Amino acid sequence: MGCSGSRLDEDGMGMPPKSRPVFLHELKMRRHMTRPSHKDAISTPSKKELLLYDKDDDGSSTYKNAPQTARFSPKGGGEGEGTNKHEDDRKHKDVRNVDVRGKGGRNGHKVNKSEISSAGDAEEDEDYDERMIGRAPGSPSFRVYFNDGGEDIHNDIGKHDDFKSGGAVSSEVSFTDYYRILVEFIRVSVVAARQGFAVKEDVRNYKAKGGMQRQSCFGKLESLERGIRATALRAFSSSGKEMTVRDALNSALDEEMSADPKVFLMGEEVGEYQGAYKITRGLLKKYGPERVRDTPITEAGFTGIGVGAAYYGLKPVIEFMTFNFSMQAIDHIINSASKSNYMSAGQISVPIVFRGPNGAAAGVGAQHSQCFAAWYGSCPGLKVLVPYSSEDARGLLKAAIRDPDPVVFLENELLYGESFPVSAEALDSSFCLPIGKAKIEREGNDVTITAFSKMVGYALKAAEILAKEGITAEVINLRSIRPLDTSTINASVRKTNRLVTVEEGVPQHAVGAEICTTVVEESFDYLDAPVERIAGADVPMPYAANLERMALPQVDDIVRAAKRACYREKFE
Amino acid sequence: MAQIIHRSTNLLKPVSVAVSATRHLTTASTTPITVETSLPFTGHNIEPPSRSVETTPQELLSFFRDMVLMRRMEIAADSLYKAKLIRGFCHLYDGQEAVAVGMEAAITKKDCIITAYRDHCIFLGRGGTLMDAFAELMGRKDGCSKGKGGSMHFYKKESGFYGGHGIVGAQVPLGIGLAFAQKYCKDENVTFSMYGDGAANQGQLFEALNMAALWDLPAILVCENNHYGMGTAEWRAAKSPSYYKRGDYVPGLKVDGMDAFAVKQACKFAKEHALKNGPIILEMDTYRYHGHSMSDPGSTYRTRDEISGVRQERDPIERIRKLILSHDLATEKELKDTEKEMRKEVDDVIAKAKESPLPDSSELFTNVYVKGFGVEAFGADRKELRAVLP
Repeated sequence: MGCSGSRLDEDGMGMPPKSRPVFLHELKMRRHMTRPSHKDAISTPSKKELLLYDKDDDGSSTYKNAPQTARFSPKGGGEGEGTNKHEDDRKHKDVRNVDVRGKGGRNGHKVNKSEISSAGDAEEDEDYDERMIGRAPGSPSFRVYFNDGGEDIHNDIGKHDDFKSGGAVSSEVSFTDYYRILVEFIRVSVVAARQGFAVKEDVRNYKAKGGMQRQSCFGKLESLERGIRATALRAFSSSGKEMTVRDALNSALDEEMSADPKVFLMGEEVGEYQGAYKITRGLLKKYGPERVRDTPITEAGFTGIGVGAAYYGLKPVIEFMTFNFSMQAIDHIINSASKSNYMSAGQISVPIVFRGPNGAAAGVGAQHSQCFAAWYGSCPGLKVLVPYSSEDARGLLKAAIRDPDPVVFLENELLYGESFPVSAEALDSSFCLPIGKAKIEREGNDVTITAFSKMVGYALKAAEILAKEGITAEVINLRSIRPLDTSTINASVRKTNRLVTVEEGVPQHAVGAEICTTVVEESFDYLDAPVERIAGADVPMPYAANLERMALPQVDDIVRAAKRACYREKFE
Repeated sequence: MAQIIHRSTNLLKPVSVAVSATRHLTTASTTPITVETSLPFTGHNIEPPSRSVETTPQELLSFFRDMVLMRRMEIAADSLYKAKLIRGFCHLYDGQEAVAVGMEAAITKKDCIITAYRDHCIFLGRGGTLMDAFAELMGRKDGCSKGKGGSMHFYKKESGFYGGHGIVGAQVPLGIGLAFAQKYCKDENVTFSMYGDGAANQGQLFEALNMAALWDLPAILVCENNHYGMGTAEWRAAKSPSYYKRGDYVPGLKVDGMDAFAVKQACKFAKEHALKNGPIILEMDTYRYHGHSMSDPGSTYRTRDEISGVRQERDPIERIRKLILSHDLATEKELKDTEKEMRKEVDDVIAKAKESPLPDSSELFTNVYVKGFGVEAFGADRKELRAVLP
């Protein structure tokens, strides 16, 4: 994903080594690349910007390191023309309006002076489209940011991707624009492939600038383009593949729907809106409105309809916008779905999946932040799965859809945008993870930390911190709340003799309580310390940022509990 | 015997004297008879069908037989409950048999029916046997749900009967889900979601009806209006007790639910409508003689005069009896013999069901999941009772 730090050659050919993914823009904007100051880049708070940047190998981001004054214009063209257009470049130091296609550049296109705005005008210039911001001279990767041109930010609940993960403010794209970008992408990919480049298309929102006809191919795009990115990454990147949880879920749904015509999606905004959190992006287009059903805001109604369809033999995937709304339909999940196979002695099976984000997001308040793992985990007849990484998301969702029993699939909104490495095996369309098996994310000998969903990430960070203090923690990613993999947990506790359970929900009657009791029952003699529980506060979720932070487990809490379990800290 | 031979017009084979009266009745002719329904239909946003119903003597006699069997079964269940052989809930359907029987005559086993807890007779109509029913009521392993369901959870998926639901109103979205699946699979069949006047006020019903109308699903909502939702009369529960009009944009039909032929006509009409135009509501004006369940005497919220009045004037079995007698399809005595025969059949089955054993202890942990992955499940004392789910 990141550049390898190699420099463009001085001979003007500018051909990076073959293994390195190259930004699309390199190929096109090779002549007109300037780098406005770092200050400019972020000094326009009134505009909706997207910062798309590359991380250095050491993990730091480009723009923080960008020198303030150096200008960079790569020489030569990716298309191997070899003509030296340096003179032209130097005339257009402050070009903002970049010839994206590069045709002008190849032919020595002179940018009209009236289109050039000075660096200082960035704030006022509502019309500028994009700027190329290079790194230190010779560096091949670029930062591009785009002005959304004054449209309102979509204040959707789903758009929680922040700048850090390259979030996009999405806007509507017309079909022709989408088609054009797709064609352009294919064209560039072909060109790049011919020259042995790997192409990485990182496209966020573009706004076609009125005056720049050549750039009209880049219209406004939906964040659908991230799907292209993910595909391109998968297809072309030779370094380890990464995938966001969102893309993992999307690909799992896609594959299962294409494999079995009985699978269909139902939920609010899953179709034309492309999913409230864009999980079902592209599926309506691919499978049609019969199989991707937008519903009115009637959870009890559409959940009942889904369960009825499952009675008949179809395989519905019902999406709740968040699991908080599943309470409106919980009678159908429990009384109509989970109990039917038992009450009918096997006549009526219910192969349904209920999925959606669960638990706290960021600042969404009490009614939108409840964790339902313990609620659904206490229902016989249900299976409850809680993925963490992309591989979990893919494998468990595929297993859930194939499973003949009702499955409650608890995702996490804040994990949707996070990228995780995925193995080649996980990308296979028949990849499934077993239900009811936990995964040991990190081996250790001193203390066992069990966690699920977002808390696995926290537990891993806590394990890092503990490792520096000489405590090796074994982190277990539960993956499945019901059935709970008590054998893995017990085996781990028998090895480490200490246990810390971590979860986001309230501690009373929660998953951690069950794990503690199980361990006490099965491995009492192996415990060297009382079991520690880290859980959310026993309060409805507050809104204020400091209170919310206090209401949720933090990495420090896990570290402290682990140390307590190891008798490294005094009890209060 | 000679009289009967004389009366039958299309008798194809000689009937031996030894053959019982019922055999006579079932080999009766198939000449069409036209019957008028007791009342005209009332439509809401729709043209009601005609009052004339085509039927045959065979059908008439089978209606009589089936309804007598259902009536007998319910009364026998009453005594079994009082003898404490049936436990928990027992919601009886006697008085409402015409709805079950008329509906079955209009549809096939590929159409689906889903109903609430008053499901014994619908189960029978869908092809369930008496043995299945009584064994299940008594919680024996020969029951249709192996004794694990009980009175409210009879199922027969192969004949399109999806239960049997204990939660008032929940069966309506489920039934509309069945209709959704039928349309998805392009099956050209319909689903009848049955509910009562008490459930007619449920929100989820309207949520699901909205979606059924949006997506043109072949769903038929059948409100069995027996005028009492448990102990609450309909005028106390619903601002608008015209349940067939409650669908607003969804057409509705009000039907005399004590007349099996009116029910048959309405269901036939509704099936044709639903396959073409989407959902329709049928309100069956019917009555139950028993209370809401066995723990309800049924007389605290209505007078005994009312109950006996309906029994005298509108009883479905009596109506069929009169029709049969007026068309000279059987004698009074033959009908009485049929009733005796049904009674004997029911008693025999009950005796057999009583001998059926209770389910095996291992059945406690079966069917929790279809695929259990070898997960452990525990009993009350987990050190004593554990099982592995297959």
